[in-house]
Amino acid sequence: MSELALEAEALHKRFGAISAAEGITMGVPKGAIWSLIGSNGAGKTTFVNMVTGYVKPDHGRIAFEGRDITRLSPRQITRLGIRRSFQIPQLCAGLSVLENMLISLTINGEHPPSFWRPASHATEVDRAIDILERFRIADYRDRLMGELPAGVRKLLDIAMAMSGHPRVMLLDEPTSGVAAEEKYPIMDLVMEALSAEEVTILFVEHDMDIVTRYSQRVLAFYDGRIIADDAPDEVLADPDVQRYVTGEL
Amino acid sequence: MTLLRSVPAASALAFAALVLAGFVLPDWAMFLVTMAFAKGLVALGIVGLMRGGLVSFGQGLYFCIGAYVSGLMANWTGITDIFLLSLLGVLAAGAIGTIFGPLLANYRGIFFAMLSLSLSMILYGALSKMTTLGGTDGLNVAAPTFLGYAPEGRPLGLALYLYTSAIVVLVGGLMRGLFNSQRGLIALAIRDNELRIEYLGASVRTAMAINYVIAAVLGGLGGVISGLAIGHVDPEFSFWTTSGEFVFVAILSGYLSIPAVFVGSILLEVVRSFSNLYFPNTWQLALGIFLLLVIVLLPRGLGSLTLRRRKAKEQA
Ligand SMILES: Nc1ncnc2c1ncn2[C@@H]1O[C@H](COP(=O)(O)OP(=O)(O)OP(=O)(O)O)[C@@H](O)[C@H]1O
Ligand SMILES: [Mg+2]
Repeated sequence: MSELALEAEALHKRFGAISAAEGITMGVPKGAIWSLIGSNGAGKTTFVNMVTGYVKPDHGRIAFEGRDITRLSPRQITRLGIRRSFQIPQLCAGLSVLENMLISLTINGEHPPSFWRPASHATEVDRAIDILERFRIADYRDRLMGELPAGVRKLLDIAMAMSGHPRVMLLDEPTSGVAAEEKYPIMDLVMEALSAEEVTILFVEHDMDIVTRYSQRVLAFYDGRIIADDAPDEVLADPDVQRYVTGEL
Repeated sequence: MTLLRSVPAASALAFAALVLAGFVLPDWAMFLVTMAFAKGLVALGIVGLMRGGLVSFGQGLYFCIGAYVSGLMANWTGITDIFLLSLLGVLAAGAIGTIFGPLLANYRGIFFAMLSLSLSMILYGALSKMTTLGGTDGLNVAAPTFLGYAPEGRPLGLALYLYTSAIVVLVGGLMRGLFNSQRGLIALAIRDNELRIEYLGASVRTAMAINYVIAAVLGGLGGVISGLAIGHVDPEFSFWTTSGEFVFVAILSGYLSIPAVFVGSILLEVVRSFSNLYFPNTWQLALGIFLLLVIVLLPRGLGSLTLRRRKAKEQA
């Protein structure tokens, strides 16, 4: 049991007439890198929202390393080590790129945020710039969110989510909006940074090349259910997946 | 100019200037500045809340608690020392703020504003009915002493002015430190995106509650000084128009500069005194037009003037 990082048991969620989850069950082993695919509205983001406590399932159970987290708040779940990035980047619009990164480092620092230590202390600024450089967005450090290209926003969102030693990382469409030539470098960077610490990764993705290249296993969502769950090649060859997800049939 | 960037140096300079001014200002102006500073402290607390996206329309509650503490302590226990009274007022306001802070921190926008307003109006109503505390007439407050020094006449006004100036410079410096700190940046981030902050693992509610308690403490401190300066306290201290003035100053000043809050507060007192004198029935109109102009011309408040100058200098 304890070898599983994340478990979901029969998760159900309805939004009015729409069923966004209808018996989602999975057990993700520690260190696994899995992807979630599915057409628009299939329930992928809803799943991420349920795991991270933003949306409560109508019934079903979610456990992290054997511990029930179904009723915990996003903050409590984050504190336990489950981190996420957002399909629509969640940034602080009035702050610069550097300040956004500083916020993330401050909250996840060794000490609780201080009432006295300057937010722009050289130590934290250096670390923040370091991370921005790794994500190749350091040139934008003084820009506000409104002035940023969509891809930069996405990367900043991921960079913020990754600070603070996640044990499970949920990435909601990490490469959407990112320029084509940036997709692989970004995925390489994220995977490299996370694999060093044996982080369990689930990523939602529409680009099947990325799915095949980076995930060990693929879960295909359709109408709130998982219709295929196997190695990438098997799932992509599945007729149901081709009909309902990739649109090849 | 680089000297002014250092908070202690700027504070020391500001204090020196205020002390010098104290010896040349006429009595009425010294009283005006003392009152403006005391109320500016309350407004500064609102500015701290505004940085996190909240506006309290009920800071009169803490202003009034501080004022009544200074009045009642003198009447009941004979304590007149201003340092001790300030400490007691701050403790009382802080204690009440610690009770309400965590409750109010769950609310946002108009709900937060109205709840804070209603708390202050409850105190207003209660005080108005309590004849033991003077009812609507309020209480007279004995003149304060300063560590045994008991001045009268102009020296009393000067001593109060200097005490208030010292507090303003000290509190201003501390608040600048707080605003620049890690907590200060988190407050700004909360105003932008609470969801993100929760998802980074910080408690938005705790941050809001802390800002609320700080605002309560500053409200109490401003109340103690005002009560002592006027020599009289009454339930009006907790009335909604009093709270409205604090919000007025906070919006007028914006959250970019701390000195701007005290300049804004002085401006309000000046406009009030002069319009009261020349157009006694329409001074609120003058005030309204004034605020409207500031909002249109300087949407981020008077404080943004300093920002523009700094930017211009950096580009030069
Ligand atoms: N908060 C909500 N309120 C109402 N309906 C919602 C809510 N969140 C999701 N839904 C609905 O639930 C269904 C699943 O949405 P979800 O966002 O999980 O899909 P998705 O697989 O992430 O799709 P996409 O690829 O477009 O991101 C959709 O029909 C959506 O409209
Ligand atoms: Mg989605």
